[in-house]
Amino acid sequence: MADFLLELLCEEIPARMQAKARNDLARLFAEGVAAAGLETGAIDTHSTPRRLVLIAREVADATEAAREEIKGPRSAAPPQALEGFLRKTGLTREQLEERDGVLFAILERPGRPAADVIAEAIRQIVADFPWPKSMRWGSGSLRWVRPLQGIVAILGDEIVPIEVDGIRSSATTVGHRFHHPGPITIGGADDYIEKLRACHVIVDQDERERLIREGAQAAAKEAGLILLEDEALVVENAGLTEWPMPLLGRFDPDFLDVPREVIVLTMRTNQKYFACLDENADLAAAFVCVANVAASDGGAAIVEGNRRVLAARLADARFFWEQDLKVPLEEQAKKLDQIVFHEKLGTVADKVERVAKLARWLVESGVVAGVDLSQVERSARLAKADLVTGMVGEFPELQGIIGGHLARAQGESNTVADAIRDHYGAPTAPVSVAVSLADKLDTICAFFGIDQKPTGSKDPFALRRAAISSIEIIVRNGLRLSLTEVARGALANRAGQVRESDAAHGLDKTAPEILEFFADRLKVQQRDAGVRHDLIDAVFSLGGEDDFVRLLARVSALQSFVETEDGADLLTAYKRAANILKKENWSGPQVLSSPASQGIPQTGEEDPLVLVDDPILKDAVAEIASGQAGADLPEEKALIAALDLAEPKAAAAVDAEDFTGAMAALASLRRPIDDFFDHVTVNDADPAKRERRLNLLTRFRDAVNRVADFSKIEG
Amino acid sequence: MSLSFQDLILTLHHYWSAQGCVILQPYDMEMGAGTFHPATVLRALGPDAWKAAYVQPCRRPTDGRYGENPNRLGHYYQYQVVLKPSPQKLQDLYLGSLVEIGIDPLKHDIRFVEDDWESPTLGAWGLGWEVWCDGMEVTQFTYFQQVGGFECRPVTGELTYGLERLAMYIQGVDNVFDLKFNDEGVTYRDVFLENEVEMSTYNFEVADTETLFDSFRKAAAECERCLEAKLPIPAYEQAIKASHMFNTLQARGVISVAERQAYIGRVRDLAKAACAEWIDVKGYAA
Repeated sequence: MADFLLELLCEEIPARMQAKARNDLARLFAEGVAAAGLETGAIDTHSTPRRLVLIAREVADATEAAREEIKGPRSAAPPQALEGFLRKTGLTREQLEERDGVLFAILERPGRPAADVIAEAIRQIVADFPWPKSMRWGSGSLRWVRPLQGIVAILGDEIVPIEVDGIRSSATTVGHRFHHPGPITIGGADDYIEKLRACHVIVDQDERERLIREGAQAAAKEAGLILLEDEALVVENAGLTEWPMPLLGRFDPDFLDVPREVIVLTMRTNQKYFACLDENADLAAAFVCVANVAASDGGAAIVEGNRRVLAARLADARFFWEQDLKVPLEEQAKKLDQIVFHEKLGTVADKVERVAKLARWLVESGVVAGVDLSQVERSARLAKADLVTGMVGEFPELQGIIGGHLARAQGESNTVADAIRDHYGAPTAPVSVAVSLADKLDTICAFFGIDQKPTGSKDPFALRRAAISSIEIIVRNGLRLSLTEVARGALANRAGQVRESDAAHGLDKTAPEILEFFADRLKVQQRDAGVRHDLIDAVFSLGGEDDFVRLLARVSALQSFVETEDGADLLTAYKRAANILKKENWSGPQVLSSPASQGIPQTGEEDPLVLVDDPILKDAVAEIASGQAGADLPEEKALIAALDLAEPKAAAAVDAEDFTGAMAALASLRRPIDDFFDHVTVNDADPAKRERRLNLLTRFRDAVNRVADFSKIEG
Repeated sequence: MSLSFQDLILTLHHYWSAQGCVILQPYDMEMGAGTFHPATVLRALGPDAWKAAYVQPCRRPTDGRYGENPNRLGHYYQYQVVLKPSPQKLQDLYLGSLVEIGIDPLKHDIRFVEDDWESPTLGAWGLGWEVWCDGMEVTQFTYFQQVGGFECRPVTGELTYGLERLAMYIQGVDNVFDLKFNDEGVTYRDVFLENEVEMSTYNFEVADTETLFDSFRKAAAECERCLEAKLPIPAYEQAIKASHMFNTLQARGVISVAERQAYIGRVRDLAKAACAEWIDVKGYAA
């Protein structure tokens, strides 16, 4: 057994691709050697900007030899049979063994040396590596993320010979690009990491991340500041450096007039700097950059260079900020009629108009309570105004935030400024909620209205995210609304703008599609919150539920219930009842000539009372349906009595939205139904008894189904 | 003493000349980037080896700031190097040029940061980096994968140095107009400030949009005539001209967002057709 080292040296790998590349390398290597039957111990991968590294411990020397015996024709068989067999096995007659008049081919597969297996696996990995984007270079045809420069492949202390598109494996690599550009000879897996460390390369990304995290904190602390922690930035910087050196620099405090988010974003996105806070948690005029070199002057020139770059960027940002401050948002909003929202959905000004209308409706109809309508109106009218500011032109990801800052600086109320700032997210302040929800619902409904629905992986207008965010707003703020009604309202708003009738605008077709879309998103969103999708289905399939607050209350009560012993047991009984009814093809009380008896195929899901609308017959039918007529066994009677009590209780509880109460009513059926199954034979020889008992089971099933469709529940 | 602006250019010329590059002069047409030069676009197509370096003045009307912004110019210089096929040691060659112009890589922080390049008007894209020196982007480094919609085989390596930025960095000045142009006291301000002011005024305020629209249409039509005559180089020149007319129209703010894509598409079609004709005339397709 020996350890194996692989280093794939290449030009700088984008930081964001490195984590996946490590995982892919480990997985593909493990799959490749396992497929060939080569055993290995632990597999570790590492990455730097210039290398992908794999170390496999305790690689077996070779694959196991295998012996396979294939039975052939009888020795007395005609020669054609023998010829065919020899062709198939690639052997000659002399090599076959004969036992009891039957020929056997014995195929010996010798073990393959580990180096062969590994070489083949690596060639395959390099050829098929799943980079998100790859390229060609020079005159070659190999594709890699950036030009591949070298391969180190050592098993034990032997080089594993591999050649890929002219690149041959060796024991030689290079150290840090500037500290140690010359060749380094590697002995094997055991000295690789330390040899590279001696050449200013820290191979392990976790170690570099730790150095950056701790070094940046220490640099801030030393300057009397607190680092604004940012783990994504730690990882990114670790992907950009082989020898990370966090350095603190300062910038002109005059720039602090610019909104904090702008400064932090400029530093983070454009420069990959950490921001620092002072003791009051205010933004400090300082940054921490991470250099990739232990500079000969201790980093003074690097800090000075970075300071100047940042100053130029902040000067740009300040210029835009000062320009934007001069123009009231109200004036900016007038320019929104110049921006196309979508070619078929008018301008952003049109959208603002719709959002304002829908937001007003949310307040007037009482969905969002306790707010000043004029503030909702004002917020909605100004919410998109920052889209035409220079600042958002430069930093599109700060839409909303810039508007909020400008609104505050220009004397709008905090409520309005907050609503502008927060309306892209999932806010909780009532005015913000009205604007934010109206904005998202308008977007979703408008795009559904022009048949631009998300399909598969395509969701160019981010409607799924808008739906998830809407659901969050509805659920978190307990907003009681009929989604269908709101969707129809939003669709009608757009129809009004293009002077189409609701019908022409496809309102009846589109509104249910929107509800279905939200139902799917709800399942996704709730799955992440640990709610079972089958339970959501069980409630949805009752039909007509488009109030998500009520729906989730019902689902939550259902989930608690099915997790109790009563619930689990009742579910079992329900399934048993449903199975019997299905097996018997029982479609409920047989009073009138039913479609089934007329030969019309039945699915078993039909409402058994669908034909019963004659008032005279109604009572008789109801009695039969209750399974009461002529009940003789005590367990039958007990179940009937329990249903008599539980049905109205459950119905009343559902009406009162007391879903826990409804579940409790169902729980009272557990004992009687269990006893029924224990003591009553449903398929009695007496057809009257059989019919009565099947009807009783039907009643039980339907009673349960009125609280939730238990047939959708898994388990 | 740090290099003057003109010595920076001369140093790069010497360096890349020593690497076997043809040292070309700027193309005598208005263009938005050094990449547009036929020595890059057309030469990136087909199998023939090619090495060239040149300075190209770049005109980006929308970036003009009347000479008031210390970092933005409507007219500036790029130093462009193209090497085909891209040599194995291209990164080392490039870093050698930085040392040559006085950047000590053990004192400064030089980094290759992912930046994929795409030119929608040329139907071209490539993968590579922006090269950072102490956090400042000084060079765009690209391995061309496609030009004019055609696969590049072999691949051309392209280096685009931002000369003003690099010079500001080397000379340690915060305002581009403070750059010393030579060692005799002439500054970038002396040479270019008036140009920036006048050209900004022209591009943003004066340029006659009807004339520009007309020039765009005429350039497009002329390009097509050249294509019919199987003359890819003049056809490509007309595509460059149309592209610049489009850029100026953008600065005048008369092209709506919706129209923008259509104009870019039109220029791309012209450029692609010129590339296709070039491939045809040179017999590369065979």
